[in-house]
Amino acid sequence: MTTPYTAPRPPMRETAEELRARIPGWGVDLDPADRPSYPRERYAPEETGAHWTLPEPQDGDPSRERSIEHSMLPPVYGTSCPTKGLSGVVRRYSYARFSEGRAAHWLLLLAADRIDVAESVLRSFATTRPDNPLTQTGLRAELTGHGLSSRRGRVDARHHVVDPVVVAGPWVLAGWAGWRAARRLRRALGR
Amino acid sequence: MKAMVYRGPYRVRVEEKPEPRIEHPNDAVVRVELAAICGSDLHLYHGMMPDTRVGSTFGHEFIGVVHEVGPSVRNLRVGDRVMVPFNVFCGSCYFCARGLYSNCHNVNPNATAVGGIYGYSHTCGGYDGGQAELVRVPFADVGPTKIPDWMDREDAVLLTDALATGYFGAQLAEIAEGDTVVVLGAGPVGLYAARSAWLMGAGRVIVVDHLDDRLEKARTFAHAETINFAEHRDVVVELKRTTDFLGADSVIDAVGAEADGNLLQHVTAAKLKLQGGSPIALNWAIDGVRKGGTVSVMGAYGPMFSAVKFGDALNKGLTLRMNQCPVKRQWPRLFEHVRAGHLKPSDIVTHRIPLEHIGEAYHLFSAKLDGCIKPLIVTDAA
Ligand SMILES: NC(=O)c1ccc[n+]([C@@H]2O[C@H](COP(=O)([O-])OP(=O)(O)OC[C@H]3O[C@@H](n4cnc5c(N)ncnc54)[C@H](O)[C@@H]3O)[C@@H](O)[C@H]2O)c1
Ligand SMILES: [Zn+2]
Ligand SMILES: [Zn+2]
Repeated sequence: MTTPYTAPRPPMRETAEELRARIPGWGVDLDPADRPSYPRERYAPEETGAHWTLPEPQDGDPSRERSIEHSMLPPVYGTSCPTKGLSGVVRRYSYARFSEGRAAHWLLLLAADRIDVAESVLRSFATTRPDNPLTQTGLRAELTGHGLSSRRGRVDARHHVVDPVVVAGPWVLAGWAGWRAARRLRRALGR
Repeated sequence: MKAMVYRGPYRVRVEEKPEPRIEHPNDAVVRVELAAICGSDLHLYHGMMPDTRVGSTFGHEFIGVVHEVGPSVRNLRVGDRVMVPFNVFCGSCYFCARGLYSNCHNVNPNATAVGGIYGYSHTCGGYDGGQAELVRVPFADVGPTKIPDWMDREDAVLLTDALATGYFGAQLAEIAEGDTVVVLGAGPVGLYAARSAWLMGAGRVIVVDHLDDRLEKARTFAHAETINFAEHRDVVVELKRTTDFLGADSVIDAVGAEADGNLLQHVTAAKLKLQGGSPIALNWAIDGVRKGGTVSVMGAYGPMFSAVKFGDALNKGLTLRMNQCPVKRQWPRLFEHVRAGHLKPSDIVTHRIPLEHIGEAYHLFSAKLDGCIKPLIVTDAA
């Protein structure tokens, strides 16, 4: 069937009455001006519950890393994982040097994330709970969650093959590098 | 306290962590009763979000009981049951004063482009999240709301993000009576967006995904027509065919950074991190919408560049609308809709998993096994 390109809008397939009968609440928010996010900006500071014009600063760390697009450290911030180690040095450099507009900022932060993982894996071996890729990846869900049949006929199954490489790859590489280094050391000592 | 902890891409576990403290006079500490994993958490879990630190706790969808309050808190008392929007916001900055709660300028030192989000990397402020027994809630007089007596606890936790975001996405699609609305993605956000589109008077709602369980939910829960993109060589042509070759009046992207459907885009973005996000769905939206139409983007993308087909967005005169959802702005109306039975958010919950099994929960939801659509994390099981 070909459709000529004419002016009228294609007719509705169901009338408003039919839709109202089929779908609970059809059209209750019909008026665009009576929707909660209309208009985009609505000046109403009295509605937020804030009883301050400027929040007091939290007791914290004035050296907290921040975007250089901020004029100052905002009064409230998260204190989840302060920077530390080599990843911390890279993160602080990225914040101090590059704005959010620069790819270098984000690429350095992503690199720092990978360094953080390596540092944390090493650190975990000095604890009573070393990292365990088998339990932490939740692979048991493959058994309890019907891993094979759940994936039948799915387009994303193709890259599910890549996922284990992404997860296990660094471990394998690190193990290989460690083994090479140990071998070289042994040879150097033996000579 | 016990908390979910990120150990590296695809690896999480439960750890014993120090209890959060009051760090600001308007802080509260909340004992979490019920939390959820969001599609957004998968971007962190897969290592896509810059500055996601090992040791951090995820979780921006949670409800619980007030455990401790700071000296300046007026509206909450210890023992109140509260639901907490996923946004951390001050209520008093330039943006909060104008209702842009998700764009608060006073809560995120790490970035100016994005506001504060619980448990969502240092790029979103470095706050620990609610997939834990206890969580710090800043600006307790601004964010949290007491859970109404009549509200189901699963509905309450879904209102803290997924439902509010779906509803917000439908609003940004600027739907007029009789419009044809296409929703890309049949995850929680897409399902709620599709359901909400009807409330705004849509004449047709079409949901696109490739997971059969989810498309089935789109038909039953969201009363929508469905398209499985894996069954079409080129889904854009299918979208045109079903809309008289004009295109849809609006398209909602409820997929985001890890979109599938094009191996090159998926692998360069989601696996190699060479793009801020895989723009497959966003590009389908730009191609599938009619000229002069509106694309509403709820799917989340990283802060880096993505290969978006911007030229055609211009050529077609499109309106692109998007934001992180300002959750609390949606609540009064959504409470009415839930109470009236127009929306029943908990109908899409498929799994209820104790915090101890967090590793399995993430894997199940990430790999979409066992028909998983929305997993809740139960922290008060013990
Ligand atoms: N803007 C906000 O405030 C906000 C809030 C919550 C979630 N989000 C974002 O919304 C997105 C969806 O969240 P969710 O919880 O529903 O996640 P989800 O992972 O459960 O759902 C995503 C769905 O998209 C499908 N999909 C993948 N590629 C597709 C394609 N090319 N076309 C159509 N469908 C495709 C997947 O199969 C999946 O069903 C995520 O990116 C999340 O980060 C944004
Ligand atoms: Zn979310
Ligand atoms: Zn603010």
